[in-house]
Order: sequence, then C-alpha cells, then structure tokens
Amino acid sequence: MHLKTREDLRAARVLYGKSLAAQEKKILVCAGTGCISSGSLDVYDRLRELMEERGIHCAVRLEEEPHEHEVGMKKSGCHGFCEMGPLVRIEPWGYLYTKVKVADCEEIVEKTILGGEHIERLAYHQNGKVFEKQDEIPFYQKQTRLVLEHCGHIDATSIEEYLGIGGYTALEKALFEMDGDAIIRTVTDSGLRGRGGGGFPAGKKWSQVKAQKTEEKYIVCNGDEGDPGAFMDRSIMEGDPHRLLEGMMIAGLACGAAEGYIYVRAEYPMAVERLRTAISQAEAWGLLGENVLGTGFSFKMHINRGAGAFVCGEGSALTASIEGKRGMPRVKPPRTVEHGLFDKPTVLNNVETFANVPRIIREGAEWFQSFGTAGSPGTKAFALTGNIENTGLIEVPMGTTLREIIFDIGGGIKDGKEFKAVQIGGPSGGCLIETNLDLPLDFDSLKKVGGMIGSGGLVVMDDSTCMVEVARFFMNFTQNESCGKCVPCREGTRRMLEIMERIVDGRGEEGDIETLLELSDMISNTALCGLGKTAAFPVLGTIRYFRDEYEAHIREKRCPAGQCQKLKRIWIEADECKGCSKCARNCPVNAITGKVKEPFTIDANKCIKCGACVEACPFHAVKEG
Amino acid sequence: MSQSFDYSVVDGVLAELGTGESAVISILQHIQEHYRYLPREIFPYLSKKLGVSQARIYSVATFYENFALEPKGKFVIKVCDGTACHVRKSVPILERLRKELGLTEKKRTTDDLGFTVETVSCLGACGLAPVLTVNDKVYPGMTPDKAAALIEELKGEL
Repeated sequence: MHLKTREDLRAARVLYGKSLAAQEKKILVCAGTGCISSGSLDVYDRLRELMEERGIHCAVRLEEEPHEHEVGMKKSGCHGFCEMGPLVRIEPWGYLYTKVKVADCEEIVEKTILGGEHIERLAYHQNGKVFEKQDEIPFYQKQTRLVLEHCGHIDATSIEEYLGIGGYTALEKALFEMDGDAIIRTVTDSGLRGRGGGGFPAGKKWSQVKAQKTEEKYIVCNGDEGDPGAFMDRSIMEGDPHRLLEGMMIAGLACGAAEGYIYVRAEYPMAVERLRTAISQAEAWGLLGENVLGTGFSFKMHINRGAGAFVCGEGSALTASIEGKRGMPRVKPPRTVEHGLFDKPTVLNNVETFANVPRIIREGAEWFQSFGTAGSPGTKAFALTGNIENTGLIEVPMGTTLREIIFDIGGGIKDGKEFKAVQIGGPSGGCLIETNLDLPLDFDSLKKVGGMIGSGGLVVMDDSTCMVEVARFFMNFTQNESCGKCVPCREGTRRMLEIMERIVDGRGEEGDIETLLELSDMISNTALCGLGKTAAFPVLGTIRYFRDEYEAHIREKRCPAGQCQKLKRIWIEADECKGCSKCARNCPVNAITGKVKEPFTIDANKCIKCGACVEACPFHAVKEG
Repeated sequence: MSQSFDYSVVDGVLAELGTGESAVISILQHIQEHYRYLPREIFPYLSKKLGVSQARIYSVATFYENFALEPKGKFVIKVCDGTACHVRKSVPILERLRKELGLTEKKRTTDDLGFTVETVSCLGACGLAPVLTVNDKVYPGMTPDKAAALIEELKGEL
C-alpha cells in the first residue's frame, strides 16, 4: 500500500487497529537477541506447526480482513527479562511463560490456546509465589515503560502493527499541524536530555542546527552502543525500529534536514536487519522518501555498520567513520551542530533520545514532564546485569533509586551473596556503593557523587568481586580502544594499565596509588575526547571507595576477594587428602609431590596457580583462597 | 595488481556499493564477508577503482578491530569479555578454548584454518552472560566444560 495523503494514513491506522483488535488471541514469542540464542525461534516454529496441524487459523502477518477466531503469531521485540528466556506472552490474558522449550509447545496449544487455561509450571516463580500475568511480576511492576512500551507487545517486523497501535501519528502531527519552530519548542519544553550519556538538552541542539544557514544538514543516530554491559539501544532498534525512524524524521523536519544516518555497532547484526526491513517498509508505504504524504517533505535514511571501534561512539569519530575514514575524534570547537557529517550542520542524538520524540510530539511537553525529576524529566532505560537475580532490560522514571532498581526490580543479589558495588555508565562511569543506594538516579545527582548515568549500563557486583581487578579490566578496555591520536590518552592509559597489572599480579609498590591519582588527573584534564577524559574514572572511583583493597594488594600481596589469580594461595588440606595422586598427575608443572595413600603437598615456588588440581581432586581436599 | 587473483568478487561489491570514498568501510566489510579476511591483493585494486591512495584504504583496514589481514578459521569463536560476562567469569572459558585448540593470545587461528578464537568487548546479550558466538550464533550461559564440548561438536563439522 502506498499512502499518498493524510487521509490515507489515517485510514490505514484505523484498518490495522481493527485487525489487531479482532485477533482474539495473540502469541508473542520474544525474538530479541537474548531469547533467540536461548532457542525462541524453534519455539515459534513449533507453535505454528502445531496450530496448523489442529486447523487453528493463525495469522503470521496482520491481515486487512481478519479471520474469525484468529490467533496472531508474532515475533516480538525484547521483553527485557532475558534471564528467563525464551519468553512467550499470550494475550488476551497477559500470561507470561518463561524458559519455554519446544517440548512445552503442545501443552501451550492444547491448554492455553484451545482451553484458555494457565500453565503454572511455565509461569514465573519467586519465593514460592506463582505469577500468572506479566504485569504482576515484580520485575515489571515497578517499571514505567514509555520508550520500550511496544517492545514485547507488537511484531517488531511489521509496519502494519506499528500503524495499528497508532504509529506515525506524531509524524503526521508534525507534518500537518506544526512548523519547525513549534516542534523544537515542544522538545525544548519537554526538557528531554540526550540519553547517550552527556545529558545535553535535545531541543537546544536541534535549534542550533536549525539556525545554521546551510542548505544541507544531517540527522545522525548514534547506535554504536559500545559500553560493555549495555544493550538498551539494541533492544529499541530490534524491537521497535519504526519508532526510531519516526523520531529521526521529526528531527529532520524540525531542522530542515533531508537525510538521516543510523550508525549501528557491528556486533548487532539483527538490529541492522530489522532497521533495513523497517526502512524498506516505510519507503514502500510512502512514509519515507520523496514528498511524504504529499507535503513536499522528503527524507532519505541510510544505515552504516560499525567495524568494531569503541571510540566511534564519540561524535566527531562517528561522523568520520560514516565518511569512510579512521574513526578518530577531532578538536572541538567547531562542534557537530556547526561542522558535523561531511562538514555540514548535524543533529547527533542516540537511539533512546530519538525514540522518546514521537510520544513527546503526540502528547506534549507537559505529559513528558510528569515523569522523572524536574531537572531530568522522562524515563531512562537501563541494562541491568552482573551478579543479580533478574538480569535484563528495564525502564524506570528518572529519579528512581538504585535500591529500588537492584532489590525491587532486580530481585537482589544472585545466590544470596552481599551487594558490594554497582558500575554505572560503563568504562567511562564510576562505581557506586552501599551508601549511594538511596540516591535518586538522574543526570545531576550522580554528577555530585562523581558518577554518571552514561548510556545506562548497570553492572552489579557481589562481595566476591575484586574491585582492583574490575578497575584493571576497564583500564584494559579503554587502553585497547584508545585511538592513539592524542598523547595523554595513548600513553597515559598505557602507563595506568601497567601499574594496575602489576598490582593485581602482586608486584605493586608503595606510591602506586598516588601515581595512579596523578596520572588520572593529567589524562582527565588534557585528553582530546570523552573516551580519554573519562578513561580514569573507574580507577578513581574504586580508589575512592575501596582504597583498602588496593593497599591489601600492594602491601600484603593479598586479594581480599580471593579473585586475583597470582595472589591466590593453593594448598592441600592434609586431613581431607586420601593420597590418590590425581592432583599430582594433573599438575602441568609437577609442583605436587607425595606418597600414594599419604597426604600430598604443593611446592608454592613451582605452583603457577592454574587450579587444575582443585578441579581434579575428587575429595575437594585442594583448597584455594 | 596480481594477475592470478580473481577480482570478480570485488567487482560485484563495487557494482553494489559504488566507488564513493565514503563507501570504503562498507566495501571492506562486504569483501571480508566473502573471504573471511582482506586479501592483500585487493588494496592496489581498490585504490585504482576508488581513486584514493592504498595507504588511506590500508589505514581504515588496520584501524577497525573487525578487519582481519590474516585468513581466519572456518569457525570464528568470539568469547565475550564485556563487563557483565567478565564478572560472571568469562576468562576461564577463553582459557579452556585456547587450551583445547592449542591457541594463545597471539596465535588466534589453528594451522588447519578450522578455528579462530578471539575476544569481543560486548555482544549486548548481557542477560545471558557469559556468552560466546560461533560465526555470529550466540551460545548463552557458557562454562569451560560446555565450551570444550562445543569444540568437539564443531570438529565433526570441519
């Protein structure tokens, strides 16, 4: 169908809205990266096969004239509850089945689809309680899903479904009822701030680009979500791609740009595929391309795949990469809003920021202001990972406390261990500890304690985590990803990494902490781009809160968490050793000696602490700590 | 330019993506998808076709982590060592894989070009940590033993 006018678009929305409503039952199988790798597509195929065998009419695509008693079969976007996947949601009841296997499909079709019965065995359980419906599960109850509202609820590959739930209403409003200034005013009044980490007001950025007198301008979406432990943007691109396109087009309309680029990480092949599908659908439907709905507005969308350089998340490096060059940042000013992509004024926002736009345009600035805090309105998506019970993707109003996120939504620390720290904002963020748990998470309050929201990765660490090793890990990451253009970052991060490596290897020296602090200060003040300026943050944060752990490594050559391999001690408990010699036979360096049927011993000078003996011992007599 | 090298693959890619300077990254990505690395013969050829220096193209190929100038194995195993996987103990998995295949941090590909083992910073499948991928298929919730069993299985497919 090719929509030529506003009326065509409205009619299409009504038509598909009716089709959606006519589907008596819907089966939504999660087809996010997480669930697919747990086997959700096999579950999808099996369910479809079973339904066809039983002669149940199932609609894989939304039909214009729905069949009576139709069951909609959909591959949805990420529900966020990845740990429990593959997930299957069944409407109208709102049941959520977790860890569904192919073998469970027959029972689902027989009992639930045909009989309307709930299968308790497949429901989510917590502390002996069964949760029938998705909305009742504590993981979802405390969330406010605005940006992720469609993820898990519609077919991510269908423009018909997006239209059916009111998609492209905001674009319509922007095209027919607003001019550029009105759009920018709404975005400015809403107080929307960039979700990529910096928190720069989006409306301000847009108005600066609009003010440029250049003919050509560009809208660029940063989908290079490189922070390890973050996957919010991936889920939006995979689960609700049209929403992103709509947001970018509205930005184009507001600023007078006719071309958009989406830069997606190489590691997200499915996001690229879903976006490509969405773009070709929108083009075929006349919502993207030349003369959209007869208004004279034209917009062309491109996708660029990254090639594995973290630094390309930085604005000027990203635009250089789109231009086909090495992704290296340049000195600013001039800023991207003046000289961005191909040296033209450019709006550069991240995925979540653009995805917030359609609803702001539709419902107004005040509506958006009603969520979150005064300085940081709206919601924020977080990727909750690490040593936590419920890992996954969540969205909460700005200002929610860490305690609510970790304990109410996340279900607390895994395996009953103690909370130690949470790394927020990836390798450029900081760590927060027990005393920060009641801090409201928003752009400004985190800055006060030396943290940052960053893109939204939250990695929770339990008491078995060595904070010095974690800092070394991040340092290693940034050192690897340093592009090498400016000296403070290229050389400074290397020196810091060397010191960190020495400390975890048990070769730390008195004065190392002071040197680290001095280097951190120097790099933060003199590096060219955000990567360098924030490279030292993980080290600074861990020194601030866990200086005693650094000192234990340096002075006592001891790792309090027992994690650092080189500082580990391995010994054989004489009382428990049966003298079977299995450890000695498994030792790669012949460090274990003894007589059969008598306790064996380890020569600490020869031992390389590989742990082979610990694994080999059938009596658990080889101890490490 | 090499006489013996068959440039039809490169020509096909150029026909699809054009010869604009900004297409360099996409062109290299497409070529690598075919060969699983970037054969050295393509650089002078691309330089001529795109009208940019070999050094410029080579500088792009060496800057980005994803480009390989050495042939890779049939199965490329990427062990995720992102934060979430790291705190859920991804390093022992990597070590076990290297041990099973006789590889090291420096030597990443087996001599028979069967396997390549490398690390990746984050695959965005953090909810299922620790994960690894084999030719882009994600394997969730890995352990060293599971990884070793996977290698045995893949060896049968070589």
